[in-house]
Amino acid sequence: MSEQVEFRNVSFRYQEDAPRVLKDVDFSIDRGEWVAIIGHNGSGKSTIAKLMNGLLFAESGEVRVSGEVIGEENVWDVRKQVGMVFQNPDNQFVGTTVRDDVAFGMENRGIPREDMLRKVPESLKAVQMEAYEEHEPHRLSGGQKQRVAIAGVLAVAPDYMILDEATAMLDPKGRQEILETVRNVQQESDLTLITITHDLNEIVAADRVIVMNEGEVWFEGTPREVFSHKEALSRIGLDVPFVAKLTEELRSQGVHVKEEPLNHEEMVEELWNLRSKM
Amino acid sequence: MELTFKDVNYIYSPGTPFEYRALENFSMHVPSGSFAAVIGHTGSGKSTLIQHINGLLQPTEGTVQVGGFVIEAGKKNKHLRDLREKTGIVFQYPEHQLFEETVEKDIAFGPKNFGVEEAEIEQRVADALEAVQLSEEMKDKSPFDLSGGQMRRVAIAGVLAMKPEVLVLDEPTAGLDPRGQKEMMEMFYRLHEQEGLTTVLVTHSMEDALTYADSVVIMNEGKKFMEGEPLEVFKQKEQLRDVQLDVPEVLAFLEKVENRLGVAIDYRKQSLAELAKDLTSELGRGDGHE
Repeated sequence: MSEQVEFRNVSFRYQEDAPRVLKDVDFSIDRGEWVAIIGHNGSGKSTIAKLMNGLLFAESGEVRVSGEVIGEENVWDVRKQVGMVFQNPDNQFVGTTVRDDVAFGMENRGIPREDMLRKVPESLKAVQMEAYEEHEPHRLSGGQKQRVAIAGVLAVAPDYMILDEATAMLDPKGRQEILETVRNVQQESDLTLITITHDLNEIVAADRVIVMNEGEVWFEGTPREVFSHKEALSRIGLDVPFVAKLTEELRSQGVHVKEEPLNHEEMVEELWNLRSKM
Repeated sequence: MELTFKDVNYIYSPGTPFEYRALENFSMHVPSGSFAAVIGHTGSGKSTLIQHINGLLQPTEGTVQVGGFVIEAGKKNKHLRDLREKTGIVFQYPEHQLFEETVEKDIAFGPKNFGVEEAEIEQRVADALEAVQLSEEMKDKSPFDLSGGQMRRVAIAGVLAMKPEVLVLDEPTAGLDPRGQKEMMEMFYRLHEQEGLTTVLVTHSMEDALTYADSVVIMNEGKKFMEGEPLEVFKQKEQLRDVQLDVPEVLAFLEKVENRLGVAIDYRKQSLAELAKDLTSELGRGDGHE
């Protein structure tokens, strides 16, 4: 029973006469795994996220979380397990101060006050927003809002965390820091992490990648496997990391790069090994 | 239209516990028709800066000059309406500001508000749709039936329909997929060239700044930290890292190549193919078997 999120032949459309945005989608995600879901805009990624915590229900097929099919009767229990951060945190703020906002999710789950008093500053510190406890969420910058929204989810320590483009407004450094924070939490607490993203660093860091295209699962594999399909990815509107592009250029010039380097360090090692053979 | 900030200070909520200085002695100059990028980490003052360009914010101290318009601290500004007609700002996620029943009405809203004549408006809507590469048939659709990327293009068309001379872009590609990002930036660059716009791009993407901008300003804690030609600025790696910014990926990679392999390759915006060639020829110097 290690499969924690399961999509079994899931189809979905927003209106009866509209085309299907998900077609027969089938995959599973294990406990403690970090899976990145990528794909062009409109490929169905966010719909998948919304099906995972019962904001939407499948038209056909089954969505299971922790073994249970999500339906009207258990949706509130599912939402307690699945923490979700959207791209635009404005739609998610409820509190008048950052502190209230972070506390809101815990309050809803009936977490005792003494725990809340401890966890609010802890979570804000994790996203480097501890200096903003008294601030009004609406006055923060886009990136700061995203940090607070993530703190709100960290505070409730869910079993599953879905980040839907949740760091898109952060600068690259901030994004990296938040990812490290989330990854540490994931490894310490057996959190299952699902990130929906276009950020190449985020994709490279994941354990596994699901590539969506026009509502279908187009490919599933490790980041290395995914990025070895540069041509095909670019046909469906996606990009590959700088080192993957450089690898291809080197190969087209007759340099025999053996592995598929994924980051700078691996690429530099390849060059080091190739050096005497050039 | 040229754009000049002179010793601008801006303080939010002065005299309250929330008092916060978002801009400090900030000066910059963007010549007419040039393309400037503004980079800085979250909360460095970029958004405050751009809200000064069309007078949404008035400096607490100092002067902002946009073409012939001057916005000064402490003075009542009479010509804001004219200024706003000339400066188009594309805010983050501009599609959230769409509200009309049809694409056409939404694009026409700005010009109508500024008293542009009907026939002229019709022409402008058609031109703006073409500029953002949306087809004519789109104009009768509800903007809310479009995809995210199309909605953003409609919002941008609404800004373009005002025929601005200064175009300010606040992270215009956030949330788009990689192809969408590239197409959008190329669209802005084409407009910049064709219309002779003065363009200010706020971005986190060092790569975009390097590709499109004539100059770059690096912001840190409300102050100007660095300024200059993008490639020259980005080569100052240590300084950038001091303010929590990364250097463009290609420069970071070449630095690692130099540290590990002792081979220094000069980056001069060469293509990836040329870079691969530089690498092979540099690394191939040696015993040369095979």
